[in-house]
Amino acid sequence: MLPLDALTPLAAEAPGLLPPLITFGGSVNWTVGFLTTAAIFAIAALALNVQWGYTGTINFGVVAFFGVGAYTSALLTLDAPGDFESYVGGLELAIPIGWIGGMVAGGVLALLVGLPTLRLRDDFLAIATIGIATILRSIANTQEGLVNRARGLNGIPRPLEDSANDLGVDYDLVLLVLTSLTLLVVFLVVRGATASPWGRVLRAIRENEATAQSVGKMTTSYRIQSFVLGGALMGLAGAIFAHRIGTIAPDSFDNLTTFLVWTMVIVGGSGNNRGVMLGALVVGFVWFGLPLIQEELPDFLGTRVFMLRRIAIGLLIIGFVLARPQGLLGEEARVSRFAPRGDGGGGLWPGGLWSRIRGQPGGGAA
Amino acid sequence: MDILQLVIVGMVVGSIIGLGAMGLTLTFGVLKFANFAHADLMTLGMYLAFFVVVDIGIVGPHVGPFSFGWGMILAVLFAWGGVAAFTVGVDRFVFRPLRRRGTDFLSIGIASLGVAIALQAVVQAVWGSAPLRYHSEIHRALDFAGGLKIKPDQILIIGLTLAMALALYLLLHRTRLGTAMRATSDNAPLAEASGIDTERVRIATWVIASALTAVAGVMFALQSQLRFDAGFEFLLLPMFAAVILGGIGNPWGALVGGLIVGISQELSTEWINTGFKPGVPFALLILILIVRPRGLFGSETQWST
Amino acid sequence: MSPLLEVEEVTAGYGSVMIVHEVSVRLEAGELVTIIGPNGAGKSTLLKAIFGLLPISAGRVRLGGDVVTDEAPSRMVRLGASFVPQTENVFPSLTIRENLEMGAYQLSGGVGERIGEVLELFPELRERTGEQAARLSGGQRQALAIARSLMLDPKMLLLDEPTAALSPVRRGQIFERLMSIRERGVALLMVEQNAREALAISDRAYVLVDGRNAHEQPGPEMLANPEVGRLFLGLDSIEDGETDSGGA
Repeated sequence: MLPLDALTPLAAEAPGLLPPLITFGGSVNWTVGFLTTAAIFAIAALALNVQWGYTGTINFGVVAFFGVGAYTSALLTLDAPGDFESYVGGLELAIPIGWIGGMVAGGVLALLVGLPTLRLRDDFLAIATIGIATILRSIANTQEGLVNRARGLNGIPRPLEDSANDLGVDYDLVLLVLTSLTLLVVFLVVRGATASPWGRVLRAIRENEATAQSVGKMTTSYRIQSFVLGGALMGLAGAIFAHRIGTIAPDSFDNLTTFLVWTMVIVGGSGNNRGVMLGALVVGFVWFGLPLIQEELPDFLGTRVFMLRRIAIGLLIIGFVLARPQGLLGEEARVSRFAPRGDGGGGLWPGGLWSRIRGQPGGGAA
Repeated sequence: MDILQLVIVGMVVGSIIGLGAMGLTLTFGVLKFANFAHADLMTLGMYLAFFVVVDIGIVGPHVGPFSFGWGMILAVLFAWGGVAAFTVGVDRFVFRPLRRRGTDFLSIGIASLGVAIALQAVVQAVWGSAPLRYHSEIHRALDFAGGLKIKPDQILIIGLTLAMALALYLLLHRTRLGTAMRATSDNAPLAEASGIDTERVRIATWVIASALTAVAGVMFALQSQLRFDAGFEFLLLPMFAAVILGGIGNPWGALVGGLIVGISQELSTEWINTGFKPGVPFALLILILIVRPRGLFGSETQWST
Repeated sequence: MSPLLEVEEVTAGYGSVMIVHEVSVRLEAGELVTIIGPNGAGKSTLLKAIFGLLPISAGRVRLGGDVVTDEAPSRMVRLGASFVPQTENVFPSLTIRENLEMGAYQLSGGVGERIGEVLELFPELRERTGEQAARLSGGQRQALAIARSLMLDPKMLLLDEPTAALSPVRRGQIFERLMSIRERGVALLMVEQNAREALAISDRAYVLVDGRNAHEQPGPEMLANPEVGRLFLGLDSIEDGETDSGGA
């Protein structure tokens, strides 16, 4: 089974078995669990929106930042390693410190990755960021004494679990509220940042790096700032994820996580914060909901439901880029960067072949 | 002696990466976007050949010392045709409309990522998740002086890669179509203004790249196994590393880049844990991007942005 | 007898932004006509629209009497038109010979002889046909671009600022070439910033301002027209022209 399938408790079971959330809680519990997962992904999608939607920085290594946040928070809050375990940390710190640690780790990774690569051509950056995820995964799987290799980290403490038990409140609900509140804070931070003058500079960079550069040599600095903010928020999402799920292993963090977050941003509308949250909900529902109807599907489809949903993700990406490049909600008060550059305006990239064929007004409109 | 054995295995792996990278750099140069589906096109090719050899069962008598029968030739042709039909179709219905609209190249690349995800899942849905082989019998290695062990298939992989590289060279430099491909890669608007039907050139580019891609996919499966997830797991990053090492749009550069990636990947296991092997192409990639982003052979004549 | 090229009230631009408004231009067979005007007047946009590189939203283009509005460039080439862009007008990684072959892509045979004929006009390229175009100097590149556009023996050549960024001496060489191309019966429609020199060799000229026709007159007369000089060429440019009069 695919590693990403381990992302939710419901998918952690082998296909064919009923997901545990359904068996003992019914569909209400599934909805609570799903909304919690969707909220975590919405944080990651908002983070990617800062990088791609507002700045035009392509990051195909979302899962690297997500995973680093997850591991950092886990290592800060776990007990010291037991007899058959081998990892650094295990500091037994409070969970909020773990989350902050996850954010810092995501931000630091973004800084380390961004400093040498953000000057590169954008398609090279895409490849380099895929590489970051690959190399981190191979380190986590290989290096003894770091993160317990493929055995993973188990027993990651769950936030507020004791208090919920003391009060006799359904813990899943507590977790949903906690995650939703965090999402709300992240949304307000991202909205504030992207609406600020700082956010306007980011959009100017995205729309026309050449012009923005003529203002000063600051564009790389701004791109790094937005990359770091995005990386930190991805780290936070990963940290929440780790504590929610309790067990993480290197293969939990494969490229599909990255692509899922991308699909959410594209479907929701890059450059629109509310849009990407809607995207997280819609795409998350397709992704996590499809296995639920496994039983209802004819056999040849039902047994392939985990492939079906990947096909669905692929087709969603293609379909939206082709037919609705602005996403479900479109960019707030501006044309999406996916939209046709009919006005021939220069972008970050040399423009489509056709717009090149049809001339670049920069030199040609005399 | 161990080192020499590793270098030889590295050359085999590098040939596969290099051949795939030649196809990738060709479409990168002419179509101008990073095709993230390229590795999965190799996967498609290897499974289409499996369809002929195993699903249909056209095996045929053994070809010399190699692990496969004469049916493999038909299988490779079928794989080429299938990959070519697929890429031309995707170009017609996805990439060309985006191109026409003037969508930026990065967004076209993202669309290709969607193609990659869906294609990989389709391959898995049809052929399953378990690794497969074309033939079950053991393929013995030949013993060479100094204890070197090389399988006939591996010699074929290196030889066929060189032969295809030569054929591609002749095509690009000795035919009108090849020159038009290089012209379109250099400056598509000017090619169009010169009266070249650039859309036909692009279709031809997909078809030619498909040959390299399909053969490279089959080679990968011969050297290791058929795996539906080979694209992202084993192929994509090394091929992009090879393409960038060699300079975008430069097939010989991609081949040399592939050999460098393959040999250093294998050699690295002499000093570092095998688990770090996937990181080697990435390290090379970062190094070249920082030191020489135009690639080892990049010059002002390479197209650039 | 209808003119070779007839542009009737053409409106064109990029996407929804129209740059050229209802512009009419006429080019007779064998004529050399120059379009001048201030920066941003839409001169290059007009050429690209005529050649099918930009969509025309209103108006009509006729070539040899046939309507060719919005025809694809490859069809325009087949009909005897040819276009020399201002920049990026050679294939840098191709050799000079290959560049010329690409100019004759639609020719089925006799490419070798045609290259020989065209290179008679450009002796500086003749000795270097195996070299990559990227190695050429600015003036040589421009020569190669013009040579490429002549490969199919066009009836009409559209030139977008053929002397931009060239030294006065090189400019003069290019203008001399254009005159001998006209002598061979090829009509030329060119957009030029170096208006004084261009007007001196032009049969007629148009002035474009803000994407609209502003003036039409025979070239030398326009040069002598003090109002045009003051309004559209600028006194400076005339003085400039006089200082490097060795050019034309």
